[in-house]
Amino acid sequence: MADRQRVHPYIPNSVPEVKAEMLAEIGVDDIDDLYEDIPEELRFRGKLNIPDGMTSELELERHVENVLSRNQTCGETISFLGGGCYRHYVPAICNEISGRSEFLTAYAGEPYEDHGRFQALFEYQSLMGELLEMDVVNVPTYDWGQAASTSIRMASRITGRDTILIADTISPDRLAVIRTYCEPVTSIELVGHSPTTAGLDADDIKARLTDRVAGLYLENPTYLGTVEERGRAIGDALHANGSLLVVGVDPLGLGVLAPPSRYGADIACGDIQGLGNHTYFGGALGGFIATHDDERFVMEYPSRLFGICRTERAGEWGFGDVAYGRTSFAVREQGKEFVGTAAALYGISAAVYLSLMGPAGMRELGQHIVQKSQYAMKRLSELDGVRLRFDAFHFKEFVVDFSATGRTVAEINSALLAQGIFGGHDLGGEFAALEGCALYAVTEVTTREDIDRLTDALRAYLA
Amino acid sequence: MKKLGLIVNPVAGMGGTVGLKGTDGPELLRRAEELGAVPQAEQRAARALKALVPLTEDLELLTFGGSMGEAAAVACGLEPTVIGSGSTPRTTAADTAEAARRLAAHGVDLLLFAGGDGTARDICGAIGCSVTVLGIPAGVKIQSAVFATSPAAAGQVAESYLRGGIGREREAEVMDIDEDDYRRDILSARLYGYLRIPDAGRQLQGRKAASAPDEQAMQRAIAAELVERMTEDRYYIVGPGTTCRPFMQMLGLEGSLLGVDIIRGRRLIGKDASEREILEQTMAGPSSLILTPVGGQGFLLGRGNQQISPAVIKQVGKENIIVVATAEKLSSLRGRPLLVDTGDPDTDSYLRGYYRVVTGYHENTIYRVSDRA
Amino acid sequence: MEIQSGSRLRNFHQAKWDEELIFELDTPGQRGLHVPEVEREIADTVGDGLSRIPASMRRATPPALPEVGQMRVLKHYLRLSQQNLGADLNVDIGQGTCTVKYNPKINERIAASPKARDIHPRQAESTVQGALRVMYELDLYLREISGLDRFSLQPSSGSDAILAMAAMTHKYHEVRGEADTRDELITTIFSHPSDAAAAAVKGYRIVTLYPDEQGMPDVEALKAAVSGRTAGLFITNPEDIGIFNPRIAEFTRIVHEVGGICGYDQANANGILGITRAREADFDLCFFNLHKTFGAPHGCGGPAAGAIGATKELADHLPVPLVGHESGRYYLDYDVPHSVGKVRGFYGAFPVILKSYAWVLSMGAEGLAEAARIAVLNNNYLLKKITEIDGASSPYSGGKRRIEQVRYSWQKLYEETGVDTHDVTRRLADFGFHLWQSHHPFVVPQPFTIEPTESYSRDELDEYLDGLRHVVQEARIEPQTVKRAPHNSVVHRIDDSGLDDPEKWAVTWRAFRKKHGERAGKIRG
Repeated sequence: MADRQRVHPYIPNSVPEVKAEMLAEIGVDDIDDLYEDIPEELRFRGKLNIPDGMTSELELERHVENVLSRNQTCGETISFLGGGCYRHYVPAICNEISGRSEFLTAYAGEPYEDHGRFQALFEYQSLMGELLEMDVVNVPTYDWGQAASTSIRMASRITGRDTILIADTISPDRLAVIRTYCEPVTSIELVGHSPTTAGLDADDIKARLTDRVAGLYLENPTYLGTVEERGRAIGDALHANGSLLVVGVDPLGLGVLAPPSRYGADIACGDIQGLGNHTYFGGALGGFIATHDDERFVMEYPSRLFGICRTERAGEWGFGDVAYGRTSFAVREQGKEFVGTAAALYGISAAVYLSLMGPAGMRELGQHIVQKSQYAMKRLSELDGVRLRFDAFHFKEFVVDFSATGRTVAEINSALLAQGIFGGHDLGGEFAALEGCALYAVTEVTTREDIDRLTDALRAYLA
Repeated sequence: MKKLGLIVNPVAGMGGTVGLKGTDGPELLRRAEELGAVPQAEQRAARALKALVPLTEDLELLTFGGSMGEAAAVACGLEPTVIGSGSTPRTTAADTAEAARRLAAHGVDLLLFAGGDGTARDICGAIGCSVTVLGIPAGVKIQSAVFATSPAAAGQVAESYLRGGIGREREAEVMDIDEDDYRRDILSARLYGYLRIPDAGRQLQGRKAASAPDEQAMQRAIAAELVERMTEDRYYIVGPGTTCRPFMQMLGLEGSLLGVDIIRGRRLIGKDASEREILEQTMAGPSSLILTPVGGQGFLLGRGNQQISPAVIKQVGKENIIVVATAEKLSSLRGRPLLVDTGDPDTDSYLRGYYRVVTGYHENTIYRVSDRA
Repeated sequence: MEIQSGSRLRNFHQAKWDEELIFELDTPGQRGLHVPEVEREIADTVGDGLSRIPASMRRATPPALPEVGQMRVLKHYLRLSQQNLGADLNVDIGQGTCTVKYNPKINERIAASPKARDIHPRQAESTVQGALRVMYELDLYLREISGLDRFSLQPSSGSDAILAMAAMTHKYHEVRGEADTRDELITTIFSHPSDAAAAAVKGYRIVTLYPDEQGMPDVEALKAAVSGRTAGLFITNPEDIGIFNPRIAEFTRIVHEVGGICGYDQANANGILGITRAREADFDLCFFNLHKTFGAPHGCGGPAAGAIGATKELADHLPVPLVGHESGRYYLDYDVPHSVGKVRGFYGAFPVILKSYAWVLSMGAEGLAEAARIAVLNNNYLLKKITEIDGASSPYSGGKRRIEQVRYSWQKLYEETGVDTHDVTRRLADFGFHLWQSHHPFVVPQPFTIEPTESYSRDELDEYLDGLRHVVQEARIEPQTVKRAPHNSVVHRIDDSGLDDPEKWAVTWRAFRKKHGERAGKIRG
């Protein structure tokens, strides 16, 4: 133990003289007296087996950087990984704004001294509203899985029904989260997809509709990258049954793809990670929920909804919570979820991103991704034994079937890794029918050279 | 332009300063004056009105002459419109009622009154729930739930309401105290009726907190829980109070507003039932008794209620008593227990303990019921 | 009222830019960013790509996003940031229960490293050994701090961790065939509302305990609450009002006796690190808010992380994957036999986890204990000074001391002056301070909750106290100044009456324009 006791830079009142003065003001001899209400049998008297503090930043940074050095990044490696987390370009201004102390370290102040946060998040809601063509968007939630869960539960409360149909092309990760949130209160039934197009069958769905079905949840594009064309027919069938259409969507494609509201979605949800946030090992997720401006729907949001309003000064505008005392009770009420800390800062990054991109940027992005992924699909399908699994329009991601090559996805990815490439992840563990298949993602960050190197490496390995 | 009505009961609260309980009736009033009691209500009304001074431009204040409101208003620098006057030399309950009627006829947006339970009762009897009302506490005995916690608080709520800062009203109980009992140190209050007051809980908004549900929504949630729990064969004896009303409404039943009703098989089989009727029913089959605290002091059962007697309680059994109350209502008790005072110490003692109070749908709160305040 | 000489209060004025909404900066043709065109070979090979989009899925009209040049977008959001009071800028002790402490900037720099940012969750484990090591070691440190046996860092927040606790409780009973009969969960009114709300999501009926008259959690009430239907107890300790429940071990014993599970909401752990643990109180589950106690920033409301811990017995129910370590190799551990599955996509909020990890390393065992001790010193110092202010009180007589935070009351001030807790909060904004009230319902009347943590100096605490004293004085001599506040903030009193009216409310700009008429120019004027 060091013989000079240094006050930690983060604990200013640890200075012995200051401590003593404050204790004297309280009328107490020792800080331990302040814990006198805690009985001895509850006191921990041992020593925590945690290393001595690295109180100098120099040591700390060196140590942690050393730990992190055993990570191989997507900047150092050509990556085709996707499946719910994407490497999109993060504009410098997004980093600049999300790094500002005023936003980074704020929390839950009033719409007076924290007016900036309210306006930024109202703008986020509004920008997403334009992208989705819906009038109500919430402040960000944890991630897509939780947004989908909440959307499903909202559908259940609004219709008063307890069953949800879910397209089985859903991300397994998200389905797991939905099960945690929705069961046992809501029952989940999976709906199958076409093995050729990965699409849903509107007639099949119609046959499954009963008066217990609150709605159907599908993702479009699907987890497998395919685009569902029958949304309108599915939506119509659901509405005829008094059920709701809930659609999960990746906002990055909405510069060129029709938003769910255009084909009858009542609730849209998804993730904002790609809108100006890094991959961060899957740690920078943020979910959104959007609906039309229908009181029945608005009253079911468990999250905060910021609204714009006037102040007492003419020409001045402020913000507040819409329908703050939001409760609604049917005879069979379900608890609304909870309000807490979620992913607001990523919402602010997303607002900055969309403001920078504008409609032209989103269109360029969408087109770029479409062209590039189509190029990748073409080049890969030219390889012997390699084929594209689904015959459908794809956005950003696609399933590559290697089963005719005689090599497993694990083997292929291992070989690719040795060449400095992260191959698409193995779908065999997630979908029984997709043994031998991998999910490849191509974004605006992928170069043509990256794709060519992938195909060259595969050609060499599979030969 | 908003219209504010003001009624001051000049004699309310006089007794308390000289050790008398109340000044209802000329005899007591004379005695109080002899003892040197000083009228308090006017001061308290003025205290409340101070908060409204900033609204003078947009506010028309209507009141009765002299000590019934004009004096308090003038003392604050306000310019009231006097629309009547009380009796001389002393004002009476009839004056209060008349003032209330006339102010209601003038279409006031809010009627502020300074007084006690007696004053609240007189106003309630005159205008019921036709106007939004708020009490400035100035009486000695405050059992009714229609008062703000202090004169300054009353002013603050009134100002907020008139400015549009409170979006909703709710009904609150007016209690009638038995005078004779009271003078013998026995608190015997019965539910007299309801007044409509600003739902001041609505103006409280915490930015980080989960949503503050409004009182009516919570009452409907409680009702949903009760309805879900009901069984066909059971007799449900439903006590009075604002929290029980949404339950009756949810069943589509029109119960008595102030009395005890009996339900079975979701049908109303007894309305404003007497003790005898209740005893007959509870002997006929398994019964549950649904109670909610009535008034501002948390009384579950007071002496003023004759119907739910010790005999009824013994017949039903403590384990079959369902207490209902909203979380806001329980919070307003500030940790004090719910109270029972049936007039029979043994019954009171029997009722003591912790209850599962229904506070929402699938939500209970463990709360203490006691026979001592 | 003039600031008195000798007061530490500042002559503060918040930045006010009167900045429009981003939509009002729309100038058709301006560009914020260009996206590169695809390489020529690609365009030659696949054409424009867009014509292959099925007609029904083609976007008909471009999204009506504003078109704004790059510098103006930057300026816009920078101005908004200036109109925000982050903890780095103010004495942020008024957001009680949020534990708003210093977020070390070195941790931000570390987390901005490409080695943290540019890794994908689906990479081969051999390529993310650094990230896995961070998560594994933080798990070990949290085991030490809590005394429990295994942690999952997956939940996205405290509330998400409570959901995980509820799911684990449910799974525990389900494995024993008792999930149907055990449908009640007990909590207290002074625990976080999510302890009830998240449990209700799993279908539990909630039983809430009120404190006794001293403000202590009521053991007799607990005894009245438990039965064969009890699934568990979720409780905060110390509670949000600051009182430590000395009988907590009795609480857990009573619940265990009926076969229930005890979950410890450690949102208020900052004051007791190294002092008392979940283990000594015999909890089965606990969770920590990494964005509170462990120094990661709040980010205006996230990202966040709730680390959930379990005893050996309950560890089999933790969300997957956990992080394991064997023979020098870190791996994602899916071998959790009765796991509840997932409460979040992928593995956890990695940037928050990384910053917390760095914070623990910086503090060390002694630093953690010192942080707790100084936080409690600061808290009791404020308790003494605030209760000396005429108009303020600390309700409840239970316990001599208050741990980590205190919920006070302005009830006396309100009754004497008509100035309420919201008025005081708005007036404090004029001096660059936040002050939060309480969760609902307001059990403590006219509440305000203050949590100093260990981060602010004595001078700063005194500055805040001078602020409170100033506003209280004003409430007595010129109440209108307080009631009409704020005067020096970004905007004046907000009229939120329309926000409850479906005809008037507007959650988006497009909704606003529809309801309030199209406007060619600025919303101002």
